[in-house]
Amino acid sequence: MSENPNNWPLWEVFIQSKRGLDHKHVGSLHAVDAQMAIENARDVYTRRQEGNSIWVVPANAISASNHDDGGMLFDPADDKTYRHPTFYHMPEGAKYI
Amino acid sequence: MISGLDRTGRKFPAPTMELKEALLTYALRRGDDNLILSNRLGEWCGHGPQLEEDIALTNRALDLIGQARNYLQYAAEVEGKGRSEDDLAYLRNERQFVNTKLVEQLNGDYAQTICRSFLYDAWHLPLQQALTKSTDERIAAIAGKAVKEVSYHLRTSSEWMIRFGDGTEESHQRAQTALDALWTYTGDLFVQDEVDAILEKAGIAPDLALIKVAFDKTVDTVLAEATLKRPADGFMATGGRQGKHSEYLGFMLAEMQYLQRAHPGATW
Repeated sequence: MSENPNNWPLWEVFIQSKRGLDHKHVGSLHAVDAQMAIENARDVYTRRQEGNSIWVVPANAISASNHDDGGMLFDPADDKTYRHPTFYHMPEGAKYI
Repeated sequence: MISGLDRTGRKFPAPTMELKEALLTYALRRGDDNLILSNRLGEWCGHGPQLEEDIALTNRALDLIGQARNYLQYAAEVEGKGRSEDDLAYLRNERQFVNTKLVEQLNGDYAQTICRSFLYDAWHLPLQQALTKSTDERIAAIAGKAVKEVSYHLRTSSEWMIRFGDGTEESHQRAQTALDALWTYTGDLFVQDEVDAILEKAGIAPDLALIKVAFDKTVDTVLAEATLKRPADGFMATGGRQGKHSEYLGFMLAEMQYLQRAHPGATW
């Protein structure tokens, strides 16, 4: 599809569900430019009050790690449980930490 | 407004017959505009040029049908003859529809669909904004809700006009062709008659001459950025408010009303 010259560029969409929270990746869509990508994201991804802020990023601006490197990149963390902050108690009522 | 008690139990006076009739017609006009344009936009469902546009168009169609329902419900209540919003939508004939001629025009290519929406939105937004100050509380409430939706409609149709006009040679040509073809229907948006005069006097509806000022400003600003040429005001095809329509409305109603006509009272 990406070889089709009439096809619009792909954008990755990030939605912030609530003020103060981070923007989360929700999916992607096609749009002619950044402004229209935001408009389209509004229609595609915020129809059910999912958020109050939208970011769009050209999909080709994202550099990704290689799946095949997974072993080397991530497996060494397997046996280092001391890196997990499991010795702390969550304050009561704290939802977002 | 119907004479009697409102929801809080306060008594309010019976409007004169004249005002009541004018209000009924006014609510029908507002409802019909939105109902017919909503249907036209809905025709794109599953046929949009791009998945995202398909969703965006039908989203706007849904906004418009919501607004149509609000106005037709109100019309039915004002009429007070036991008809429902559905009766008004499905059981009136072509000559009883009082929508503006612009909204019934065919979808054509995407430039024509967008251009029709743009011209409508540029008129619809200032109208709904003015109606938020209506002395009729119900209309003010309907308009208050509609304004946010319509603001978005105008922004998105304007953005497309700019991209078409200032895009490729072909998109520019198509947008200009659509604009030239639809311009003759813009006059119908500003036709005023006794209904408008009565309601303006009562503070219920604005003078459309004021809406024209806002319309002109929006159209000129967007067309300048789109490098499109505003057509000269020539012959204006009017008459929609009196139920005189172009050849296209009847076909749409035939399809839209078929089920209720063939199976009266059918529900599901």
